[in-house]
Amino acid sequence: MHIAEGYLPPLHAAAWTLAAAPFVVHGARCVVREVRERPESRLLLGAAGAFTFVLSAIKLPSVTGSSSHPTGTGLGAVLFRPPVMAMLGTIVLLFQALLLAHGGLTTLGANAFSMAIVGPWVGYGAYRACSAVGLSFWVGVFAALSLSDLATYVVTSVQLGLAHPDPTGGVLGSIGEFLGIFALTQIPLAVAEGLLGVLVFRILARIAPEELRSLGLRKALDENDENTVTATAQERD
Amino acid sequence: MASRTPRRLAVDFALLLLVVAIFAVPLGLRLNTDGQEEGESYAGSDSSAATKVEEINPDYDVWFSPLFEPSSGEIESGLFALQAAVGAGTLGFVIGRLSGKRRRSEVPEKA
Repeated sequence: MHIAEGYLPPLHAAAWTLAAAPFVVHGARCVVREVRERPESRLLLGAAGAFTFVLSAIKLPSVTGSSSHPTGTGLGAVLFRPPVMAMLGTIVLLFQALLLAHGGLTTLGANAFSMAIVGPWVGYGAYRACSAVGLSFWVGVFAALSLSDLATYVVTSVQLGLAHPDPTGGVLGSIGEFLGIFALTQIPLAVAEGLLGVLVFRILARIAPEELRSLGLRKALDENDENTVTATAQERD
Repeated sequence: MASRTPRRLAVDFALLLLVVAIFAVPLGLRLNTDGQEEGESYAGSDSSAATKVEEINPDYDVWFSPLFEPSSGEIESGLFALQAAVGAGTLGFVIGRLSGKRRRSEVPEKA
């Protein structure tokens, strides 16, 4: 999903930067407030940032014969709500733009908009929607992680399509072509990311129950207990 | 308590195995790599998109280039490995800290 340096025309680059900036500034404030009001969540904040840092560095093979990388922004979106990820995700993108020549400074706004803003919000929305219709916490986590990944790549395709319309198919045709590159390849990665998210939350529920409770994620613990209660009940039978 | 730990671990392990399988199976079967040259298969989607831009819009002038560019593929993959290592290291540190804290808080209750 990294649009390479210089691959968006100046006007598009400026527009996406302007669009992303308020989210990132608000996100930075949220990170500062989170640390000040709940110092105990500092460790989990580090975990959310680190998760995105690792996952966005790893390019994985997909069924389409090409490879791509996950985004890892859904974990932090569920833990701390999306604004925090606008900040953390942008830091990761900046690191990659400066040191790896992956993404770029002119495309930072566009890349932040897809990976650090839309991705986390879509993931968080999916998580809340699952919980609203009474699905289990774990289904919500899976949906959050996988859809934040997928949505990021859909946004990238739209951004590239808008900037580089196809001579015959126009903007829509071009979006379709970029979706062909990104979206299909991303599906297995998104599924894997969702499963990994469930695994990470299972571990967090075990080792950080107080922290999760203070973040309002009691459900992670209740359902974990419920699972273990039914498990022990079954074993007794 | 002791009886439910193996079950938990089995679920964790199954999740991990599934994640690995999602990547290992297509790689092992070399799905959809027909026609790709040896050593050039599994191109990154980010660079395919850049190629696509050049194809759709051949007159496009890439107007800005990276300030710093890793001077070879080896150095680039090294830096990517470094990024993953820093992330994984931090994640490990956090998990270790949290589980240590939890254990310490459990001990006095038992004593």
